[in-house]
Amino acid sequence: MDFLIQVLWEGLVAGVLYALIALGFVLIFKASGVFNFAQGIMVVFAALTLVGSYEKMAAAGFTGFPAAALSFVVTLFVMFVLAWLVERLVLRHLVNQPDIILFMATFGLTYFLIGLGEAVFGGNPKIMIAKELWLPTGATDLRLPGLGPNGKDGLVIIQHIDVAATVIASLMIAGLAFFFQYTRIGRALRAVADSHKAALSVGITLNQIWVVVWFTAGIVALVTGIMWGARSDVSFGLSNIALKALPVLIVGGFTSVPGAIVGGLIIGIGEKLGELYLAPLLLGSTMGRGVESWIAFIIALGFVLVRPQGLFGDKIIERI
Amino acid sequence: MFYRETGQFHSTYAADMAIFPIRQDRIGLAVIIAIAAIGVPLLGSPFFISSVMIPFLVYALATIGLNILTGYTGLISLGTGAFMGVGAFACYKLTTLFPSVNIIVWILVSGFFSAAVGMLFGLPSLRVKGFYLAVTTLAAQFFLQWCFIRIPWLYNDNASGAIEVGRRTLFGIPITGAQATVQTRYLVLLGIVVFMTWIASNIVHGRIGRSWMAVRDMDIAAELMGIRLLPTKLAAFAVSSFYCGVSGACMMFLWYGGGEANDVFSINQSFNVLFMVILGGLGSLTGSFFGAAFISSLPTIFKFGLPAMGVHIEGATAEHLTNMVVGALIIVFLIAEPHGLARLWQISKEKLRLWPFPY
Repeated sequence: MDFLIQVLWEGLVAGVLYALIALGFVLIFKASGVFNFAQGIMVVFAALTLVGSYEKMAAAGFTGFPAAALSFVVTLFVMFVLAWLVERLVLRHLVNQPDIILFMATFGLTYFLIGLGEAVFGGNPKIMIAKELWLPTGATDLRLPGLGPNGKDGLVIIQHIDVAATVIASLMIAGLAFFFQYTRIGRALRAVADSHKAALSVGITLNQIWVVVWFTAGIVALVTGIMWGARSDVSFGLSNIALKALPVLIVGGFTSVPGAIVGGLIIGIGEKLGELYLAPLLLGSTMGRGVESWIAFIIALGFVLVRPQGLFGDKIIERI
Repeated sequence: MFYRETGQFHSTYAADMAIFPIRQDRIGLAVIIAIAAIGVPLLGSPFFISSVMIPFLVYALATIGLNILTGYTGLISLGTGAFMGVGAFACYKLTTLFPSVNIIVWILVSGFFSAAVGMLFGLPSLRVKGFYLAVTTLAAQFFLQWCFIRIPWLYNDNASGAIEVGRRTLFGIPITGAQATVQTRYLVLLGIVVFMTWIASNIVHGRIGRSWMAVRDMDIAAELMGIRLLPTKLAAFAVSSFYCGVSGACMMFLWYGGGEANDVFSINQSFNVLFMVILGGLGSLTGSFFGAAFISSLPTIFKFGLPAMGVHIEGATAEHLTNMVVGALIIVFLIAEPHGLARLWQISKEKLRLWPFPY
């Protein structure tokens, strides 16, 4: 029982982080109709920039929280420049192209960012500067009376960083919801999401909105990168994890922010349970390991066959 | 000046609709095949053949496969690497179970296994397309990749988990394994590629190919015109996966000569092939060859070409540079020339017909 709770908790945390990555996709998809495949790489790229610039400062003898905060600001600036460049050099020239062309352009962006990140910061995995950013480390052993095997006390280990990640992610999502609902720019973003032409006709500058949206997605990517990075390490191996955000989107629906969250939780918990119960069933407990790597996609496959628009997405209507 | 069709008259419909209606094109193709079949093995150094020509041909086959799916039918797939892997493992199992049958037969037959798997994962394509489909093909990629590691039966329970390529002969000459020379492997591969390109060309120019293109341009309209979507889309998946599977088998047996399949048939391989399709030109067989030649030779150029020109560059930097250049080129091509290198080739041919006059 305690083992199951542990697994569920880990699934929940993973799910929240998947939801954060998926949120970045949804933001850009709603505002520009671009399915940004590079979001996963932006997570890694942001985390790498953060750690990389901190390392540069540490080499100059400037360490601790001030340096970490400064590198955070530097990373924000880099993400802004990235958003601006993407709008300038890519999106602007691809207006009115079919969606699939834009989608493929983000593949190009993905590879470009991988190359750039590795060329600048090196290909070795880095340690996230969690302590310097005042993120909690360590773990608490939670005793659950009577839930362990044979009626003994159960034991659930809860990493502090996981708690922090869940809290920060929830705050972030709440903040974004507020931003979308109550600010001027947020309203403009929703207008653009509804219809590009109508938004243009009431005087919303599309190009400016795109920069804002990509920058927001960049901030989300940075926060996600810090959290993922603190749980494992920062390397381009993370980008494969970031791909898991895609099934999250299919389950939740491409256009829905709550969908991204619910989908994230379903995928996160689903894959931990799959690892726990499905793996021994398929090939035995040792050979069956690694079910985690594909179960999310198979869940998405099932959803596509039954309910292609996802749980909360808009129904796909095609006209001639 | 030499590229003129003046004086070539087509008196039958068949001649008019020929794939190469201009005589110079036919001569050019014959010359290219002659150079590839005779010139390269005789004059090319083993290094050139093994690290430029063989990868090029293997990737050309995979690119044709993905182009049938993405370029001709408009269905995007990120599972190419896994489908190639299915071909490689099928070929390995078949040749260990029935060693007496010729390996070339098994390389081609392994495509059918890949086609079956491809059709299975192609089923969602009836309901979704675009990035939804990309995600479902990712399911194929990760699931199959997991199978390649976790099911020991696939690699005959050997400890390393790798495909071992034994010695197989054709007319007494070894064509796979350690004794096979680079030249023989190259010639066998060239034969397979030419044969399969010819088949592909006939498929895409025929009724099936036309129905694929109708589906690509607008599937609902195609359905209204009487094209049955499910068989058409599944046929695209089957043929595409067949080509990918054969390419994967060729990759393991004629290029790598065995090895761990996990790294080879990863998601990066899928992207690699997709980039070849985009750069080469969506919906063009010629473009498949251009794209494969360009991207498969790029790492070699950066790794060996630049140092030869006196530019010092480290192996890791070369890899990063390749990623950046490919990524940037994808974007540039999608903006400037969405039909890729094939379109550039077409434009230059048009210009050549009029040269030296501008129009």
